This record gives sequence, structure tokens and C-alpha cells, in this order.
Amino acid sequence: MNVLRDLFLDYTLRNIALGAAVLGLVSGVLGSFAVLRRQGLMGDALSHAALPGICLAYLLTGSKAPLVLMLGAAAAGWLGMVLILRIVRHTRIDPNSALGIVLTVFFGFGVVLLTVLQKRNDAGQAGLDKFLFGQAAAMTQEQVATMAVLGGAALLVVALLYKEFKLLAFDPEFARSLALPTRSLDLLLTSLLVVAVVIGLNTVGVVLMSAMLVAPGAAARQWTDSLSKMLALAGAFGAASGIAGAVLSVTAERIPTGPVIILCVTLIVIVSLLFGSARGLVWEWLRQARHRREMRAAMAAEGGTTP
Amino acid sequence: MSPNLVIALTAALAACACALVGVFLVLRRMALMADAISHAILPGLVAGYWLARGPNVVAGFFGASAAGLLTVWLTESLTRSRRVKEDTAIGLVFPALFALGVLLVSRFFSNVHLDTDAVLFGEIAFAPLETWRLGGRDVGPTALWSLGALTTLNAAFLTLFYKELKLSTFDPGLAAALGFAPAVIHYALMGMVAVTTVGGFTAVGAILVIALIIVPPVTASLLTERLPTLIALSVAVGVAGSLIGFQLASAWDVSIGGMIVSTLGVVFGVALLLAPRKGLVAQSLRHARLRRQFAREALVVHLATHEGTALEDSECRPAHLQEELLWTADMASRTVAEAQAAGLVQPVDREGHLHLTDRGREVAEDVAKR
Repeated sequence: MNVLRDLFLDYTLRNIALGAAVLGLVSGVLGSFAVLRRQGLMGDALSHAALPGICLAYLLTGSKAPLVLMLGAAAAGWLGMVLILRIVRHTRIDPNSALGIVLTVFFGFGVVLLTVLQKRNDAGQAGLDKFLFGQAAAMTQEQVATMAVLGGAALLVVALLYKEFKLLAFDPEFARSLALPTRSLDLLLTSLLVVAVVIGLNTVGVVLMSAMLVAPGAAARQWTDSLSKMLALAGAFGAASGIAGAVLSVTAERIPTGPVIILCVTLIVIVSLLFGSARGLVWEWLRQARHRREMRAAMAAEGGTTP
Repeated sequence: MSPNLVIALTAALAACACALVGVFLVLRRMALMADAISHAILPGLVAGYWLARGPNVVAGFFGASAAGLLTVWLTESLTRSRRVKEDTAIGLVFPALFALGVLLVSRFFSNVHLDTDAVLFGEIAFAPLETWRLGGRDVGPTALWSLGALTTLNAAFLTLFYKELKLSTFDPGLAAALGFAPAVIHYALMGMVAVTTVGGFTAVGAILVIALIIVPPVTASLLTERLPTLIALSVAVGVAGSLIGFQLASAWDVSIGGMIVSTLGVVFGVALLLAPRKGLVAQSLRHARLRRQFAREALVVHLATHEGTALEDSECRPAHLQEELLWTADMASRTVAEAQAAGLVQPVDREGHLHLTDRGREVAEDVAKR
């Protein structure tokens, strides 16, 4: 029970848990749209694309304040996103390749900038790359507050444009026929992914961010066919795995928070895939087994030879 | 061999090995599988080290390759269950495996030198330092040997199964009908990608490997539609980008891998803009030309419709075009001028009433027939 008490009283644990919960909630809701719109790997590309933005933000301002670095990350991530959308729309390059190109080129350029920073030999740049690999354990109240404000704003946009986004996710052609500005809506909805990525980099890091976006939505999808329920469930799954990961990581030594959060949410995905009330695999297997039995029984009753 | 020559050769060999498998990966629209595999191999690497009780290269290699194939299999199974789409499946599988790997490293191997950052960055600059000793004799840098072997392996794979790869990539249905077992080819290719990624990242770093797999083939695909040319161009782009990037990195004293990737990015950007037929500039020029041609045709059809009717007088004025065809004044005068220059129409009086020429009438008939 000590852990539960610490969850409310211990400064570090409270910050980690709160931050991870905010991230889980926001990325669960926004990621659900990515799952539905086949943009599951967008998060992967955008989180890598953020690196040069972080370096440039530091180069230009000399500050390592979370908001400054987040803005830099957001700017680079957003630029990467626009490039991906442009390449896909105007060429015959497939989305997967476009994502791959932006991911590697932006990240590679970021690595170059990192070495430029290292050469300047000021102590301030140390740990800048840690921003990318997630360092939940060092989360401050200031960071949590920044994350909450950014995430809250993104969720507010989803709430305000819920109907439009829903139509865009399920029937973009119909949305266009209603004279909705689908291109702007598409850009806006994808931009919100950038917000989620920026919030998450600090907590789970570049590589794990894509799972944070995709997993809660994929799990929620197995329980319901209604978008509103899916969003709520995904948010809950994300927040729950954030808190669970934070708590688990302090119960023993040498357990990094980010990976534990991802393993928690992966567990939720596995359970949902197997037992989800709407599409669970176990129910389908049972149904198939029953059909086979019935078929055999029927054939035996007809007196035919069973194959 | 001088260190610089070793690095240049390493980079060039890596570019060859990667481009050879990258072409088919990109053609199959699975570019990001390279990224997924490169991260997901971490737990396999750890398992290999654990089995060998130490950072053993061979054990690590087999463990990592197995983990790479596991990634492919898990992604495929998830997609086939139709519970999630393919991109989501990839996005679920590789972070989970990577997270497992990071957890294992920090829990059990924190005293062994296995930095998770190194999985992403790698460092080609160290290529000349690690040499391979055979029977007590120094036979040269390990990276050159491993990448040379990889390039040979990939080239052999491509040569032996060229027909199968080609058919199963462009027409999987036909390949299956002809008994080519596309699934086997698929796993063989993914196996090659896994082996290339594993072999490559220890030598030059994962981000460079992924970039060398994806960027040159996509760049080449902007320049040609023929498969043999595509393969040759991909290798050429990869090698050229590597050598130029290395020179720039030496000149500016920055990360070699990062600079090679950045150079490849610039090469891709140039191709994207200036490629002869598929480039954005060529495309917008073509669009503009088609738009103008369409406008001229609209003009002659409009004139032909009203030719000899009672309304001819009011319909066949440039000013009217703005109302009827919703053109701007600029568009109308430009189109009339162009149609006139092409000998399709001619002005008949001072108010600018337009008449079709014989040629204009022919064009109008052709358009109407379409």
C-alpha cells in the first residue's frame, strides 16, 4: 500500500504518474483517429522528425525549458507532417515510403545538429538527446503542467470538431460532398498528432511514442463499434497504462518507466484482441468450433459419411 | 588502409547491401518494416548475449535476426486476424519488442556495455578501429568483412530469385497461381532485410541503415519505371550519397552517419522537384499545359455551338466568355490570344467578335467526338 500512498504524497512519483496519465489520455484519444485513418505509423515518423527541432530550439535560444524544446519539436514535427502529406498527395510515392523518408532524413539531420552542439562544448547541451529517449523519472511539475495545458487544448479541439472529425475518419468522400473543408480538417487532425507526440517524447521517448498513439485505440476498437465509446475507452486505457507503468517502475530498481508503460498498454491490447466484446478472437474461435460440431452432428444425422 | 578509406568503403558497401533489399521493400510499400525491424531486434540481441553469457557477436547476430523475423511474423498474423490494419500492427509490435529489450537491458545487463542509444545511433566512425583477427593475424576491419559478406549475400539472393521476387512483388496473385509461393519469397526477403539491418547497424548505426534502405530506392523510383534500372540507380544514389556525405562530414567535423542521411535527403529533394517526368516541377508544367489546352478547346466548342445561330452575335464576344465559362478577364484574353496564335479562331470586327477558322472547326468536332 506504500506505493498507493506515495502516488499521492511522493513528489516524484506523483509527477511521473500524472504526466504519464495525461500522455496516455491525450494520445489514446488522438491516436484512435490515427488508427481509424490508417496513420498508425505517423507517430513514429513525427517523433523522429522532432529531433532537429529540439536541437535548433536550443541552438537559437540557449534554453532548455520544456516549453521551448516542445515548441521546437512541434515545429519540426509539423513540418515533417506537412511534407509527408504533400508527398503522398502530389506523387505516386506510397505513404509508407514518404513516412520512412521524412523519419530518417529529419532524424539524420538532427544527429548532425547534435554533433554540432557537442562540439560547442558548453555543458548546457548535455542531456538534450535524453529529451528524445524519455526520462519520465526526471519529470518536473512544470513539465506536467505544460503537458496538461497542451493536451487539454488538443482534446478541446477534438470536442469542438467531433462531428467533422468523425465524418473525416469514416467517410471523407461524403465529407467532401458536404463542402466541408476536408483538406484543412485533415491537416488539423494530423497536427493534433504532433501535439500528442511532443507531449510524449519526454515521457516514453521517440521509439515508444508510436505505440502510445496506436495501442490504446487498437485495444478500444475491439470492445466497441461506436466512435465516442472508442475514444473514451482509448483515453482510459492510455491513462491507466501510464499510471500503472509509473507505479510499477518505482516498485523495483532499474526499471525504466517508458518501456514499462508500453508493456502495460501492450498487455491491454493482447487481452482486448483475445476477449474484446465486439471483435475478440476467442469468441470467434469458439463460434467456429461450435459450427464445426454442429456441422458434424448434422452430417452424422443424415447418415452420410463424415470426411 | 587509411582510416578514411575504410570508412568510405564501409559506407559504400553498406549502401550497396541496403539498396539491394531496399528496392523490393519499397516496391512492396513496406518501407517502414526496416525501421520496425531495426528496433525490434533489441530483445533478440539481449537473448543472444544472455545465451552466450557475454557480448558475443555471432550469438547476438542470430538472436537479433530471429527477433527480426518474429516481428514480421507477429505483424503478419495480426494483420491477417483482421482485428487491426497493417500500419497499426507494425506500430504495436515493434515498440512492444523494443520496450521489452530496453527493460531486459536495464534490468539484467546494466553493467554490460549495451547502450540503447547505440542501437539508434551506431557509429561508422569506429569502423576502422575494430579489426578482425584470424589465426592471430590482423586481416582488416570487421565492418568491411561483414558488410562485404552482406552485399555478396544480398546480390546472390537477388540474382537467384530475381524472377520470383519480381513476379511476387508486382503480381502476387499470379505468382501464387503459378506456384511461386509468394509467402516464402516474402519471408525470405524479410529475412534478408532483418539480416541486413542487424549486420548493418553494428557497423554503421541503425538510422543510417534504415535511410540507406528507404531513401535511394524511393529516389530512384522517381527517375525510372524499369526494375533493372531501378536497382542500378538505387545502388548508385546510395553510394554517391554515402561518399559525398562522408566528405561533407569530414569537412565540417559532424556525425558521418547523420551527414550521409542528410545528403541522401537533399538528393531525394532534388529528384522530387526536378525528376524529368514525375518531378513536381515537370508535373505542374504538364498540368498548366493541359489546363491551357482544355481552355482553348472549351473556347472553340463554345464558338462552334453558337456558330450560325441567332445568338451568335451576343455569344461570341470575349467579354461574354467571362460570364459563360466563368473565366477571369485575364484568362479569357489569354486563351483567345493563344487560340488565335494556334490558328483556331480569328477576330472579325472591331468589337472583337470571334469566328472559328476551318482548323478551329476541326478541333471542335474532334473534341465533340471524344
